[in-house]
Amino acid sequence: MNIKHHLDEATLFSYVAGALGQGTALVVACHVSQCEYCRDRARQLEAIGGALLENNSLSPVSDNALLQVLERLDVRPQATAAAPAHAADSEVPGPLASYIGDSLDEVAWKRLVAGVWVYDLPAQGKGLTRLLRVAPGKAALPHSHRGSELTQLLRGSFIDEVGRFCPGDVADLDDRITHQPLVDSEHDCICLIATEFPLRYTTLLGKLAQPLFGF
Amino acid sequence: MQDKPPGDNVDNVVAMKVEATPEAQGNDWSAMLAELGQSRDRQLFIQLFRHFAPRIKGYIIRLGLTEATAEELTQETMLSLWRKAHLYNRDKAAASTWIYTLARNQSIDWMRKQKYPEYDLESWHRDEGEPLQESEAEQSIVSDRVALAIHQLPDNQAQVIYMSFYEGRTHSEIAERLSIPLGSVKSRIRLAAEKLKLVLGGDYEY
Repeated sequence: MNIKHHLDEATLFSYVAGALGQGTALVVACHVSQCEYCRDRARQLEAIGGALLENNSLSPVSDNALLQVLERLDVRPQATAAAPAHAADSEVPGPLASYIGDSLDEVAWKRLVAGVWVYDLPAQGKGLTRLLRVAPGKAALPHSHRGSELTQLLRGSFIDEVGRFCPGDVADLDDRITHQPLVDSEHDCICLIATEFPLRYTTLLGKLAQPLFGF
Repeated sequence: MQDKPPGDNVDNVVAMKVEATPEAQGNDWSAMLAELGQSRDRQLFIQLFRHFAPRIKGYIIRLGLTEATAEELTQETMLSLWRKAHLYNRDKAAASTWIYTLARNQSIDWMRKQKYPEYDLESWHRDEGEPLQESEAEQSIVSDRVALAIHQLPDNQAQVIYMSFYEGRTHSEIAERLSIPLGSVKSRIRLAAEKLKLVLGGDYEY
């Protein structure tokens, strides 16, 4: 994958620290699972966590606790639901596959308006976490954000004020950017989006359409 | 007792700056964890438990969880260490780094009742490529150096590190808490991360 758009260092840091909301953490995990460059950066940051752990103030653990753990070493963990089969070269990143399976074509899309479909993922938090499928030539309404908006491209491409985004790329935007993505691929563009808060549309039309889109 | 929100409490930031522990030297925990993955040797596990369990529990208590919960999650973390040790690759990370991610995930999963998305535990094992760490023996030294580097960070940078790692606050939450713009939170984090990564000895340029 020829990935050109990466995660902001501050975003990656907070993911590693365990300080992202569920939805944004999912998008970060998806990008990192596909991007070797960001994976290396994530591991570098994890070493900060390791150093904090190593140098943390100690809290005594009783020998009884050790005995309890030793007794459980041979107990097989309860069988969890088998993870869905996931091919290494799948266009569905591994972390997402545990939500939707391994195919973007079997998603139960819900049509919002002509040329726009969504599928909402169950994730805790105030913002939204959804798969968005947009037909070629369609543009999203101009909007800015309060808080962050993370978009991982899964299929097709779009272009906006920041650049052109292809599969594997992530758009890591904060509240300073107003943008209007336009789908410029031949086929539908599919991406995974997580916002921390509802979007802010910057035009009157957008404000009117907001309830319609459910953003 | 002052009743300040945790992120505003300078004592917490100061408490984070703990001194290096001299007894951490001497044992090559990464080699022992890798060996455990192969041999399933209970003696090794016990040694790892005695070293890491009090640290894991200390970390979890700092997250704000109760003693009893911290004890339970520490046991769960040590169990997952036993079960996943074969996935550990010492060329990729120090034992403490790998165990940190286990402890973090256990704690977050418990707090949220929803699984923290992981980018792929198996890739610790599967991934080929350049090792990130220089030498195993250096890792405890590196940990000490990071602790020292955090100690030397300006307070406002140490604070965002504390609020991220121990309070689990998002950028927006930190911005709100400190009444500063979101962009300032991000730049403080970037500055702090940059300095700490230098100390981690990577020849990475970002």
